[in-house]
Amino acid sequence: MHIPDGYLSPSTCATLYAGSTPFWYMSLQKMKRRLNTQAVPLLSVFAAFSFVIMMFNLPLPGGTTGHAVGVGIAAIVLGPWGSILAISVALVIQAIFFGDGGITAIGANCFNMAIAGSLVAYAVYRLIAGTAAIESPRRVVAAAIAGYSAINVSAFFAAIEFGLQPMLFHDASGTPLYAPYPLRIAVPAMMIGHLTVAGLAEMVVSAGVVAYLQRAEPALLKATAPGASIAGEAIGWRSTRPLWIALALLLVLTPLGILAAGAAWGEWAPEDFSTPAARQQIAASSANQAPPAHAPAGLQKLATVWTAPMPRYAPPILKSAQFGYILSAMAGTGLIVLAFLGGAWIFSKGRA
Amino acid sequence: MTFVERTIGSLSKGLNFATLADDSARSQTGVLQRADPRIKVVGMLAMIVSVAVSHNLLTIACVFLVAVLLAIASRVSLVDLARWVWMPVLLFTGCIALPAVFITPGATLYGPATTQGVRTAGFLLLRAETCVSLSTLLVLTTRWAHILKALRVLRMPVVFVVILGMTYRYLFVMLETALDMFESRKSRTVGTLDAPDKRRLATATVGVLLSKSYQLSSDVHLAMQSRGFRGEVYLLDDFQMHRADWGWMLLFFAVAAMVVWVGR
Repeated sequence: MHIPDGYLSPSTCATLYAGSTPFWYMSLQKMKRRLNTQAVPLLSVFAAFSFVIMMFNLPLPGGTTGHAVGVGIAAIVLGPWGSILAISVALVIQAIFFGDGGITAIGANCFNMAIAGSLVAYAVYRLIAGTAAIESPRRVVAAAIAGYSAINVSAFFAAIEFGLQPMLFHDASGTPLYAPYPLRIAVPAMMIGHLTVAGLAEMVVSAGVVAYLQRAEPALLKATAPGASIAGEAIGWRSTRPLWIALALLLVLTPLGILAAGAAWGEWAPEDFSTPAARQQIAASSANQAPPAHAPAGLQKLATVWTAPMPRYAPPILKSAQFGYILSAMAGTGLIVLAFLGGAWIFSKGRA
Repeated sequence: MTFVERTIGSLSKGLNFATLADDSARSQTGVLQRADPRIKVVGMLAMIVSVAVSHNLLTIACVFLVAVLLAIASRVSLVDLARWVWMPVLLFTGCIALPAVFITPGATLYGPATTQGVRTAGFLLLRAETCVSLSTLLVLTTRWAHILKALRVLRMPVVFVVILGMTYRYLFVMLETALDMFESRKSRTVGTLDAPDKRRLATATVGVLLSKSYQLSSDVHLAMQSRGFRGEVYLLDDFQMHRADWGWMLLFFAVAAMVVWVGR
């Protein structure tokens, strides 16, 4: 997965260097703010650790061995920002000193493995581990899936970068100037190897190390486990406030749906097949294919099974379509929030 | 136990290469070793970029030839270069490039091979070999500390330079620690381990290494603080340009410019 020199065009490399720079800058700022003078030694030693991990041969189920990148475990122990920097530094040394991965491709390799890999690993781990206790087996499963998804997302990015090369960069005779395989070959070729061997290696290392740390040194897992053991405490009004504001804004904007021209494709009622205006709309949204003369028998039969209390987002009591839309949106959102609150209440009672 | 042996193999290979590079960089008998590190870093980078930009196979081959000549002049063993660089790249990129010879659409050259296919495989292989030869040549003729200091010319933030330098230093500590752990484990194991035990052993080793890293980083931090580290880093910049260095700069940039010009 370490992309060597010559596989990507200079413009692709430059774009990925430019794409990686803000992440490097932001990570360094965040690490400096969090750790102050400790950032430099911590990142250095962890980068050295990541480098050594990349040299390990891991025995995998099925009898093969594979190499891991260590991005899963770095993201779990250091958090995403520390992991971005530690893995990037390890990749830079690999490229310059050991010729593993190209100098021109450092930006691409860091973007795929260090940046995308760390962010995906961290997000997946936090999402699945939730507020489970540090010693919970759920954290081991979360680490396994985090490592596996991180490597596969990285491989997918690399495959896209490879696959775009022959499309964008070829000479007058049609000779691809860089990686020669189009997307339809590059994506499956990269993904087969990573979905099986490389992904498995990262999965084994992430899950195995988290399981080991749970027994031997649980303190190392605490940095990325806020609220662990204290269920539900991490989520309060302050942390979710932006989400509530966004939801309110979306509710107010719902009448925009009225502006959409035509009917949503496939969301037709039986009576639409008999009104000329509706028939025209169906034809317009179906590449000018005329709809059947009568509503299909199955649709006719099933349409009467359930009648919605607010058909077509317009409660019968209201004359204004805009108000109808907003009211429907409020009712729908309210029901979803209530369902979640009810579910959380039942779940927390079950655990207590 | 093959996986333990293989891991020992790859860890000691890393250490061996680092020792070889350091010995080669310290030797003052070669010509490139005596050149200013800043010129070497910028010059090699310029040549690598020119190889990436060039659309002409012959010019890329010329840069490869320049790299070989520079290696001979710097007393870098071509056998070492072949063993560490050329063969592994040939095997890896060769395997990737080979199908392209046959499946790239274009004019038939011989049997199922197409002219376009052979050319694209040539580009991939020649670019990969040339670029990695140039970067290895830099590492084999320049001490790592000097390469890092020279990176400041490219406006790399000083804190990154320090982190890279410290990482390189602790890389050896980590490599040695991992090697010791695997060797001691190997000497204590009689018979064969089954697959789940092997995995447990590997992941537990990574775990131990991780907690050792944490311990080491806080020890290093305390040591740095006790020596007056307050978060700011300074580098001593003691490079001096000599007349020969201007000659090297001219050579590197002339090659790079010609490759870009001819291969546009």
